[in-house]
Amino acid sequence: MNKDLTKKLAPGHATCAGCGIPAIVRTVLGATNEPVIVSNATGCLEVTTTIYPNTSWKVPYIHSAFGNAAATASGIDAAQKALMKNKKLKKPAKIVAFGGDGGTYDIGLQALSGALERGHDFLYVCYDNEGYMNTGGQRSGGTPFGANTETEPAGSDSFGKSKQRKDLMEIVKAHNISYLAQANVAYLSDLKKKAKKALKTPGPSFLLVLQPCTNLWKFPTSQYVNIGKLATETNFWPLYEIENGNYVINYTPKNPKPVEEFLKTQGRFKHLFVPKNKSVIADIQKTVNENFKTLVKKAQIS
Amino acid sequence: MEKGAIIKHSIKNSSKTGDWRYMKPEIDISKCIGCGICVSYCPEAAIELKNKKSKNKNKKVAEIDYDYCKGCGVCASVCPVKAIIMKK
Amino acid sequence: MDKNNKKIEAMTGGAAMAEALRQINPDVMAVYPITPQTPIIETYAKMKADGKVKTEIVQVESEHSAMSATIGASAASARAITATSSQGLLYMAEMLPIASGLRLPILMCVSSRALSAPLNIHGEHGDVMAVREAGWVQIFSENVQEAYDNTIIALKLSESIDLPVMSIMDGFHTSHTTERLEICDDKSIKNFLGDRKAEKSLLDFNSPVTFGALALQNSYFDFKLDQEEAIEKAKTEYKKLCAEYMNISGRKHGIFETYKLEDADYVIVMMGATAGTAKDVIDSLRKKEKKVGLLNIKLYRPFPYREIGREIAHVRKIAVLDRAISIGAYPPLYQDIVNSLHHAGSHKNEIASYIYGLGGRDTLQKDIEKVFKDLEEGEISNKIKYLK
Repeated sequence: MNKDLTKKLAPGHATCAGCGIPAIVRTVLGATNEPVIVSNATGCLEVTTTIYPNTSWKVPYIHSAFGNAAATASGIDAAQKALMKNKKLKKPAKIVAFGGDGGTYDIGLQALSGALERGHDFLYVCYDNEGYMNTGGQRSGGTPFGANTETEPAGSDSFGKSKQRKDLMEIVKAHNISYLAQANVAYLSDLKKKAKKALKTPGPSFLLVLQPCTNLWKFPTSQYVNIGKLATETNFWPLYEIENGNYVINYTPKNPKPVEEFLKTQGRFKHLFVPKNKSVIADIQKTVNENFKTLVKKAQIS
Repeated sequence: MEKGAIIKHSIKNSSKTGDWRYMKPEIDISKCIGCGICVSYCPEAAIELKNKKSKNKNKKVAEIDYDYCKGCGVCASVCPVKAIIMKK
Repeated sequence: MDKNNKKIEAMTGGAAMAEALRQINPDVMAVYPITPQTPIIETYAKMKADGKVKTEIVQVESEHSAMSATIGASAASARAITATSSQGLLYMAEMLPIASGLRLPILMCVSSRALSAPLNIHGEHGDVMAVREAGWVQIFSENVQEAYDNTIIALKLSESIDLPVMSIMDGFHTSHTTERLEICDDKSIKNFLGDRKAEKSLLDFNSPVTFGALALQNSYFDFKLDQEEAIEKAKTEYKKLCAEYMNISGRKHGIFETYKLEDADYVIVMMGATAGTAKDVIDSLRKKEKKVGLLNIKLYRPFPYREIGREIAHVRKIAVLDRAISIGAYPPLYQDIVNSLHHAGSHKNEIASYIYGLGGRDTLQKDIEKVFKDLEEGEISNKIKYLK
């Protein structure tokens, strides 16, 4: 194993072959030399790394429940502050909460919102694989329009998810935190820069990281990086930061690829490539264009 | 048994996930340029850059820990010089 | 101040619990407001604002987050507490077995109240009964003095056995009723409590640990048995701490209290505020030569089956009064008492079930008198009776 990269998360965990999550965790935790405490929501990361008697975590770690990674982190933050006050703790650790899109957009949204509003010192990282993947691929509030999932499947009467996903970045931005960023596991040096900035920011910060899922987006195990890159090259998943309310786009593709290039690589969009669903792809392209245009406008006035 | 199932890490308690493999990545060190891209993206962190001798030169090349390599093929797919091939 | 350095004040149960919390001065309190718990947290917030305590108070956005934050804080070796009632208790219900399973010392003050629907904000035991399987120690207080004493003892108990503990008082009937309270001096309480020494902590950066693992079929069962073994220790540990506490307070507490029980022919078994009314009724009936008595239970979980069986096995006619309803079944305390007597090998008892005080309905002396009259006249069947 790579001794440098496995200082905080060891190998031997049960993530799927070709999973994008470990690279996200290593990159984020590797962006600081301070001690870290991890609060993790139930999900892929938690279940695969903590099967008794094994734990892959070489840093203090707590999983309590599904929708409360941010609330548990709030308690840890309060504890550190209290123990610093009565001199039982010399230097506090960095608190990093990890949650999937399920545990963040949906069941964990309330706790995240509360923690952001109260201004706790922590970084929340959402690894977004656009569905409840640990439990077999059910739809979440982060699942994109037109995707086939187990609970909103495509069929003769349906083209899959019929509603747009939540704009989680805007939801988090509305809490007026100093630093939040959208990142992508396919761009690790960009992610590392963002993680470094986030970990240096006092108060709450947030990273939304796209994590292509080989198992349930249905693509070969070797492809998470290539497909992740396509997500950004098509403007489906732009890389940007919001620092003190100012939008900065980190990468603007000169000739963005049509979103079809991204969709056709995944089994979860296979059903769109029949004549009756052509309009869905057109809709997706339209939305991608509009969203990117809006983002560019926001960056221009920032 | 640990009180509250509160556990410490020990690599002995984890599976050697190398036994998941059915395809095995092999690195052609003559082609490898030691860029480290495969190192960062490997989900298992099973790749390290090590000094090796190739064509009478010492260079830093990738080396895979087959104890943990699950054979996903990500390394082969991201290698910019196609130095890694998946073999059965 | 009297000669034993005790302060005597008139306080409500809520203020009394806040006073106990002031002396505990926990590191972290994560709370969400709900009637009738609010006086506890409001009194405490004012204490913080006036610099009387140093607690980090986290005003969370839901009770589920209150318990989650409390769990996070306790895992990070802080002395962490919370407080709630009714719907709030059920909102955090998912987290209760987690706190217990993770073996975290946590104190929760409960001002117990009825459960919706229909909505009712008044006192009864429905909420705490609904979570009696969660692996928490449950201690019921009869009055303001006990609410204060038991809250302090409960904190120490949770740290002695590494399990979370609920200190329960009847909503409104105790929480909002002003009674006489003797407050121990701050120093004695501080010495009684000592410091928390966490065995495992998230703040151990040298030897890091993982809380909240996944245990498969081959290990989960055994962890539950570990927990069971741990909670059984609460019986002896609570007794021990009550004895220690008596040294500083002069007041004796225990897993149950007997009132004129020794020679009683007719006995009521119950918990909580209404036991006070029962004692008054017993006094007046005793004046009329009726041999009546009371078994007032304080430690409800873990349930002291054997101890109670021994205490009342000889009593022929017993009425168990529950301030909670189990829709579709006999009420909780009744079930536990029938079990106690069955396991004591006693087949001589006739045990009647009564439900009283739901949704905050008052229970009057004449209601309790009727219960004793039923017992005396042999009006005992397996039909649940209602004091409404």
